[in-house]
Amino acid sequence: MSTQTSGPAIETAGLVKTFGETRAVDGVDLTVPTGTVYGVLGPNGAGKTTTVKMLATLLRPDGGEARVFGHDVVRDADAVRSRVSLTGQYASVDEDLTGTENLILLGRLLGHRKATARERAAQLLEAFGLTEAAGKQVKHYSGGMRRRIDIAASILNTPDLLFLDEPTTGLDPRSRNQVWDIVRAVVAQGTTVLLTTQYLDEADQLASRIAVIDKGRVIAEGTKGELKASVGAGSVHVRLRDPERRADAERLLRDLLLAEVQLEHDPVALTARLNAATSDSAADQAARALTELSRAGVTVDNFSLGQPSLDEVFLALTGHDTGAADGADNDPKDEVAA
Amino acid sequence: MSTATSTETKELAPVSTESLAALLVAKERPQRPSSLSTSLTFGWRAMLKIKHVPEQLFDVTAFPIMNLLMFTYLFGGALAGSPTDYIQFVLPGILVMSVVMITMYTGVSVNIDIEKGVFDRFRSLPIWRPSAMVGYLLGDALRYTIASVIMLSMGLLLGYRADGGFPGVVAGIALLLLFSFAFSWIWTMFGLLLRTEKSVMSVSMMVIFPLTFLSNVFVDPRTMPGWLQAFVNNSPVTHLASAVRGLMADDWPAADIMWTLGWSALFVAVFGPVTMRLYNRK
Repeated sequence: MSTQTSGPAIETAGLVKTFGETRAVDGVDLTVPTGTVYGVLGPNGAGKTTTVKMLATLLRPDGGEARVFGHDVVRDADAVRSRVSLTGQYASVDEDLTGTENLILLGRLLGHRKATARERAAQLLEAFGLTEAAGKQVKHYSGGMRRRIDIAASILNTPDLLFLDEPTTGLDPRSRNQVWDIVRAVVAQGTTVLLTTQYLDEADQLASRIAVIDKGRVIAEGTKGELKASVGAGSVHVRLRDPERRADAERLLRDLLLAEVQLEHDPVALTARLNAATSDSAADQAARALTELSRAGVTVDNFSLGQPSLDEVFLALTGHDTGAADGADNDPKDEVAA
Repeated sequence: MSTATSTETKELAPVSTESLAALLVAKERPQRPSSLSTSLTFGWRAMLKIKHVPEQLFDVTAFPIMNLLMFTYLFGGALAGSPTDYIQFVLPGILVMSVVMITMYTGVSVNIDIEKGVFDRFRSLPIWRPSAMVGYLLGDALRYTIASVIMLSMGLLLGYRADGGFPGVVAGIALLLLFSFAFSWIWTMFGLLLRTEKSVMSVSMMVIFPLTFLSNVFVDPRTMPGWLQAFVNNSPVTHLASAVRGLMADDWPAADIMWTLGWSALFVAVFGPVTMRLYNRK
């Protein structure tokens, strides 16, 4: 940390942003501890991007207040800007310029001399595996490469706080894993990361605390463990060989795991929602279930253990789903942004 | 995921987390750059864009040549007896008109550019806020210089002779660039204010056509009706055209130069803050 900071990296109280009639952010209270990854989880349009934009001084709040390292985001915007970096949902680099030019441009804007900016650009491109693409215009980069150059641009000066707004939306699993590695490397050096995401597993992989937001409000906040406990530990999905035995299997699973069991449309399939209240891990519970099924002579053809999805989290927390069923992969521009 | 993306990703070198960590350890921060330095850096960005998309120089090359040829031969015989006589009067005027007209593309490029994610990054940097806009205008100044040099060379070929010589011509162009820089804040304002590129274009046309044609660029205003003379004689474009014409002809039209500088100051003072207010709110 270039500046010793006690107290949280981010503190907001009753943060509000309205766009016309829509209350995009409707009284958000957050406290983000320094030196950790903090996950903000929510569906499209929940107000994640709007919140990040206010914290990064790009949007002026309509109500409430927010402080970053103790600096007010409105009154002390310049002090905030000198400590944070932002990687937005869309490439926050200039698509007409090459990778090298982008990094030199930003290096110069941050006050580096020409030679230093050039050197730092080359080092970053090397570390991010982009040396070969360094001289190509960013508009010819693949999705994974764009995210890399974008994050590289954000850490030209190691920021004290890095905003990553849906850094893996639209990436293939391999590129997603690489972005995760980068985030881990960044946070290991002491940078605080605020990560917004639509994916529960991403928040689970990276964040130590998670806030779930919906319709501009925080509906749950806590450590990963707390959040999972409130949602359920996941589910066991079983396919039987013989549809006749499904009733037996259902009874057995319910008695054994004290779980809610759901019969699927498929006559041989059933899903048990695991009970988070027990001390057993989800895997242990699943193993026990399999053993008992086989002991009872119920043949299992196929079996899987699933983490709760964002939909399930929402269902458990709000009683409604994310509403994204018909458009989970919509154009991200659907999210309220100004 | 399309197959194309995954193939490209496969070819991509892995991220080296160790060298990344080494880079992140370097926590030294340079001094905050000056407003001049950041403006020049944004100007460099504009030049890089010209380098990558040289087609955008079309409007500063073909358009001025077309204007010069068209108006010289269209009006020359009727207004001054011959195109060669007319060009002596009209070249500085057409130069002014063409460059002032080209300035309106600034609004369009600001409008297209500002919607891109990179502006979120620029606006989250701890730098002098107007520098991104000033950078545009600095890049444009290069374009206007190119246009001016092309038109003057063309004019020389067609028989134009500047009595003011090299210093007069340079002073004229310098004044024109200064005015264009100041005047462009109107376009940055429209670029930020209007929602689409098309609306920026049409509003700009509505402003620029009357402003440039209703001036002394083509003819002496004395032949115009009184009400029009009142407008033309007080138009900033008239003052600028007279000043540039005078400088290139080796008399120093102090009053017109002062008027031009005054108008320039006014444009910056009024439209600069409006632009910055819109920029901060965007």
